[in-house]
Amino acid sequence: MPDHNVAKTLDLKGLPCPMPVVKISQEINSVEVGEVIEVHTTDPGSLSDFPAWAKVSGNEVLESIQGDPIVIFVRRIK
Amino acid sequence: MTVDVEKELAELKAKVDEMGPAKVNKLSMIVLAGDLDKLIAAMIIATGAAAMGMKVVQFFTFWGTAALRDSKKNVGGKDLMSTMFGWMLPKGRNKVTLSQMHMGGMGTAMLKDLMKKKNAPSLDQLFEIAEMTGVEIKVCEMSMDLMGFKREELIEYPHMDYCGVATFLAEAQESSVQLIIS
Repeated sequence: MPDHNVAKTLDLKGLPCPMPVVKISQEINSVEVGEVIEVHTTDPGSLSDFPAWAKVSGNEVLESIQGDPIVIFVRRIK
Repeated sequence: MTVDVEKELAELKAKVDEMGPAKVNKLSMIVLAGDLDKLIAAMIIATGAAAMGMKVVQFFTFWGTAALRDSKKNVGGKDLMSTMFGWMLPKGRNKVTLSQMHMGGMGTAMLKDLMKKKNAPSLDQLFEIAEMTGVEIKVCEMSMDLMGFKREELIEYPHMDYCGVATFLAEAQESSVQLIIS
């Protein structure tokens, strides 16, 4: 597992669309700007949804790792 | 050669005026349909957009308005047509059915069961998320009038308002995304 200096881990396993994006949009504000959240999800759509969410909301996806679960690292930008 | 600054300024101003309002990060959606499948789609897109930081305005019109009825509320004083519409249209979001494969209730029940098993959010949960994320619901006055619905029989939703077509168009004009769910 890569080291992204994770501030918080979010377990979203078992939650289908649109819940992963809804949850990350709420939780992103619980960390400071610049900090990273590690997300665990079983929703395959999240692989494309998280970068799309990040682009529109102005945050950053550092890395997505396909697996069971899928692991996505998100950095709060603003 | 002298430059006529005032003239150039006036021309620029005219150009800016022509451009109209700037598009903002907003979704305007017409919810025309009152079927379970289409309402789920409408609410997933709306809550997803809100999660992405977009301002979201939903316009409920025609069959969509029936989904905003509160199953526990009863209002009297309706004329015959309104009473009949009231009977024939679903009383709220938990009474709506699939647009296809309803099969006398079996299909709708099966889908609801499947959604529960797969942990997919129900319409109740989606409306909760919409409320939490500030999704605005605007209800078409004319549909309310046509179907004989009264405001008192609709759900309690904090960001709900009533409007006509101009309100939708004004919102849609400055929205970066416009959708109709029909």
